[in-house]
Amino acid sequence: MSLQDIQQGLAQVGYVADDRLAMALHLAQTLGRPLLLEGPAGVGKTEVAKALAAQRDARLIRLQCYEGLDASHAIYEWNYQRQLLAIRASEAQGGTSEAQLFTDAYLLKRPLLEAITEDEPPVLLIDEIDRADEEFEAYLLEILSDFQITIPELGTIKARSRPIVILTANGTRDLSDALRRRCLYSFLDYPPRETELAILRAHMPQIEGLLARQIIGVVQALRKEDLEKTPGIAEMLDWAAALSGLGVNDMARSRDEVQATLVCLLKTAADYDAAPPEVMGRLIGKVA
Amino acid sequence: MRVTRFPSRAAGLADRMSGFIAHLRMNGMRVGPAETADALAALTTVEATDAKQARQALCVLLAGDADDWRRFDELFDAFWFNAGKQRAETASTEHVRVQSAKPMIWQKQTGEAQETESDTDQVAAPDPGDGEAAGRDGKLIATRAANLSRRDLREVIDEEALKQAEKAAMILARAIRDRRSRRRKQALRGPALDMRRIQRACLARGGEPMDLYRRARPPRPMRIVALCDVSGSMTVYSRVFLAFLKGLIGSGTEADAYLFHTRLMRVTDALRDHDTLRAAGRLSLMAEGFGGGTDISGSLDSFLTGYGARALNGRTVVLILSDGYCSSDPQALGDVLARIRRKVRRIVWLNPLKGWRDYKPVAAAMQAAEPYLDAHLPANTLAALAALEPQFRKL
Repeated sequence: MSLQDIQQGLAQVGYVADDRLAMALHLAQTLGRPLLLEGPAGVGKTEVAKALAAQRDARLIRLQCYEGLDASHAIYEWNYQRQLLAIRASEAQGGTSEAQLFTDAYLLKRPLLEAITEDEPPVLLIDEIDRADEEFEAYLLEILSDFQITIPELGTIKARSRPIVILTANGTRDLSDALRRRCLYSFLDYPPRETELAILRAHMPQIEGLLARQIIGVVQALRKEDLEKTPGIAEMLDWAAALSGLGVNDMARSRDEVQATLVCLLKTAADYDAAPPEVMGRLIGKVA
Repeated sequence: MRVTRFPSRAAGLADRMSGFIAHLRMNGMRVGPAETADALAALTTVEATDAKQARQALCVLLAGDADDWRRFDELFDAFWFNAGKQRAETASTEHVRVQSAKPMIWQKQTGEAQETESDTDQVAAPDPGDGEAAGRDGKLIATRAANLSRRDLREVIDEEALKQAEKAAMILARAIRDRRSRRRKQALRGPALDMRRIQRACLARGGEPMDLYRRARPPRPMRIVALCDVSGSMTVYSRVFLAFLKGLIGSGTEADAYLFHTRLMRVTDALRDHDTLRAAGRLSLMAEGFGGGTDISGSLDSFLTGYGARALNGRTVVLILSDGYCSSDPQALGDVLARIRRKVRRIVWLNPLKGWRDYKPVAAAMQAAEPYLDAHLPANTLAALAALEPQFRKL
């Protein structure tokens, strides 16, 4: 599959990928290496995995990381209660075989184990890996480099098909070098004007040209301001949906709606105060 | 015209690629022999004769973090198109005999650049390695950004430096934030099983340990109380230190900030103001007499009797940013530090003078204070501020 194919495929499912990201996805698929995506919040890191899964028509398995995530929640766990019931039941009938207790039937598969036991290669999304503890990174290393999981009671389970692994990170914590070395790397930044316009058009083909240009212009200008939470692409799309839903065609002529829908874009009180009608008017004036 | 100068012994693509990897490594990227093989493998899966594709593929493969990602283009150009200087460190290597080899495969891409460059730039001779004027438009990778940050804080204060000071403070605060208790307490999720509760719950299940309870070590974050000297002798540092305080306050750690000269005032709320301009305005109102004399012991004493009762506890690190030039009795400073010491975990003195060569704590106040300090650290450069992190981890 060539680079253009990837870009076109993603475009069909509504994701606009730039050249470098397409290259990263291409290499991730051909070399079978995990891909680490970093960048500010709201630039579409998680969406990459979803779009890739949709484009390949593959299953998306998602592991959301959080502080305190451990192996039993991410990889596998023995179904302890069921094992106990089985012991009781077999005791009642007389004779119990301990070997039967550690079989697939009593194994609870968590996302990582699930991902490598699929027949068709799925897309495995490990979201916000930097939120998990460092010990968890160590668990990941075996899986990401060899695509195998060792369960002491069962032995080593090798991947039936290599999942396409996408990791995302926000920079809450520095990731270990060992993990970085095993991954391909791509840094996603807020897109330039044309790309963002293309994203907006991909999601809302019916939007008017003038309004689309104004939305992108204002959002791009707002990102340069000193805000607590810089609006990402998802916020931009929400705002666009709100504006076009209200029947706005030209921002300059419907200031009230613009001001009222700013809640889609600015998510803290301080940011909201930083964009009074005068400021918005200036921004819109600049774009037009 | 631009030429790529490879060592004459470089035989083929593999050799040159390992040269490229070495070049990246010399410039601080963490790559090794394994990456050489990976890079060659990656090039087979793309159109390697297209410089743009090759560049993208190698960038995706070899960059490890956002820093590498941004620098990669320059490093790539430096090696393959011989733009800029190749080494970050001074050339301590042997003189390699080089040959002038045009990168025939990427001729198309270099074509545009050829016209703009004068013929005099065509250097077929070995790289002199003098670290000067090797690039034309600021592409000197050799010049270290650190040069600027190693100068004394009072010489250069710009927006960038203030941002860096803020960032350094955040890293410091983070270093002491993520502490956990030694004891385990019951928790929903945790690494250890709570055997007592499990056994107790067994009774309800006919003796089978059906429900598993867990224990974990709860977080016990350290607090920071920062006291910053803004007297006359410290004015040159005060802007950077204010930025540093702002970083501490904004780091998500429980932190408290105070300024003092002859009086003491609490500035935590002013610094918490997200609007930097307004924060500066509030500060300047508060800091009337900013840049006057110093009464360290008096200020600390009023802190201890006033805010200290609530602000200090056994999990507090007290940071004092001052040069130790004090108009009051040095003995009084020792006494008040001894009293603070009884209430807090650690006292750290950040001294801008300490970074100077041949610094001796000759100021009487510093001599009186030293026995009560857990650490007396330099804070005269941004680099020094940033380098405090490992020290803080140990506190």
